[in-house]
Amino acid sequence: MSVIIEVNNLSKRFNDIRAVNDLSFSVNQSDIYGFLGQNGAGKSTTIRMLLTLIKPSSGEIKIFGKELHANRNDILQQTGAIIERPDMYKYLSAYDNLSIFAKMSGIKTSRKFIMDRLQMVGLADRSSSKVKTYSQGMKQRLGIAIALVHDPKLIILDEPTNGLDPQGIADMRNLILGLSRDMGKTVVVSSHLLSEIELIANRMIIINKGKKVTEGSVAELLDPSNTIVQLETTDNETALKKIQTTAWASVTVPVKHYIQLTVNKKNIPQIVSTLVDMKVDIIAIKPRHSLEDYFLSLTNNEPDA
Amino acid sequence: MLNLLQIELYKISKRSRTYIAFAAITAIVLIFQFAFKADGKSYMNLMLQSVQDSFEIDKSKAINGYFMCYIILNTLLIQVPILVALISGDAISGEANMGTLRLMLTKPVSRTQIIMVKFAASLIYTVMLLVWMAVMALFLSLFIFGADDLLIFRVKGEESQILQITKDDIMWRYFAAFGYAAVALTVIAALAMLLSIFAENSIGPIIATVCIVIVCTVISNINVPIIDKNVKPWLFTSYLVGWKGFFYIGTTTDGEPIKGSLENWPAIRNSLYILLAHIFVLVGASIIIFKRKDILS
Repeated sequence: MSVIIEVNNLSKRFNDIRAVNDLSFSVNQSDIYGFLGQNGAGKSTTIRMLLTLIKPSSGEIKIFGKELHANRNDILQQTGAIIERPDMYKYLSAYDNLSIFAKMSGIKTSRKFIMDRLQMVGLADRSSSKVKTYSQGMKQRLGIAIALVHDPKLIILDEPTNGLDPQGIADMRNLILGLSRDMGKTVVVSSHLLSEIELIANRMIIINKGKKVTEGSVAELLDPSNTIVQLETTDNETALKKIQTTAWASVTVPVKHYIQLTVNKKNIPQIVSTLVDMKVDIIAIKPRHSLEDYFLSLTNNEPDA
Repeated sequence: MLNLLQIELYKISKRSRTYIAFAAITAIVLIFQFAFKADGKSYMNLMLQSVQDSFEIDKSKAINGYFMCYIILNTLLIQVPILVALISGDAISGEANMGTLRLMLTKPVSRTQIIMVKFAASLIYTVMLLVWMAVMALFLSLFIFGADDLLIFRVKGEESQILQITKDDIMWRYFAAFGYAAVALTVIAALAMLLSIFAENSIGPIIATVCIVIVCTVISNINVPIIDKNVKPWLFTSYLVGWKGFFYIGTTTDGEPIKGSLENWPAIRNSLYILLAHIFVLVGASIIIFKRKDILS
């Protein structure tokens, strides 16, 4: 499997602030690569460096096997991106916007070509409406059409679900999965939500304060033997005492209305049936994959405020 | 590159603010023309107060299309920099504000190309503005007031002068003056574009450009020898009204005007060189700064 992005010892300083610090990672062909970190961790700075929007202070970026800055135009010809929000010319129509960015991407367009692309994202009926009249979801779809208009091999999406409603988030998720599965595209997607990345990515990197915390396949990193769950019962005290007498959970933390457990997933049915036998009813049991918890489990440190 | 320029011009043409300048010019010119049509003689009486004992002037002929255009240009070419800054000050900052700058820069287009295209679009806009001004101030005035010899009132040193240019010697001077004004206003466009690189909304660069023009104009009008010698020659504002040089007709030693001549062509040429040097430096600086800029918007 060929490497599409190779980043070595990448750093970026803004005056005294080190936004990215000696970061190295690689993305393989057809990966959906999750770029995960809390707000301010350095995700956007890294992604902007991948897109030549920000110049690295040091380090090396190779995309499609070529050094990025020396081959900028060649690489960007094969790259599509949405950075944070799908911003476009609000005083122009969807047709005009798509047409402008298609031309800037260096492809020849026709009215049929543009209308076909708008049809694909469900905006053909509103092609002549000004973008300022669009909903956030429609703008997001137009942003996707712009990112994909030149049929890029690599797609970079920075927080693509920001500001979307649940339906929009689900649509975006399906689109990303389809791009990789059906079209063989390589997708880099950043998020501060571990649950989001878990659902779509096959590989991921987690960064914190500009440094790599871990990188690898999602299946390996989200080890099922270390799942954090929230357990809410009709008698949390009894449930906690019982669980603590067993080896089912490695960590138990009583929180206000629930108990937080670090368990192996395969032990969960046993915990449930035991508690039910003890006449302790289960109100809710839900996995908790917050990035904060994940950092804690990786570093055993208190998360930053 | 041509493709990009077409895109840029299309975007400019679709923004309503583009037409503010055209509307402003139209309104000012029409007001001038109405005022002079209604009561132009009073203005001429005022202008000729000091010289009417020495010269025999037919005031009804003095107010003609060429004269109107000269009066209008005298007033408008001082205000037009503000109108040029409206568009050029928005060139990069407007894109940053809309969030389209980062999208644009993820496309396979170099930053140098973007600056060059933005500058070319500003230049075309400035020329269009001047063409519109020529249509309104020159051709419409000729239509309304007719053509005749042009009388220009000028204060040179201590004395007041009246220069007379025959009507068959005027039109080329207007074309040259509009050409000169295009170069002068392009300096403003280049300055506004440079400032727009630093901002993420267009108000800042537009106001900054206007402030710089005001400050430099004030300095250009301070008559102190040390400033005359060391500062003024380097200020672009010292040359903004250099277009008037095309209407200062050369004369014989007897003071007779020489048709088709200029009083001081080397001064006009040097002014043009200095303005072109300003454009070169400002656009060059824009390219260098923009290429190094981290896009955080």
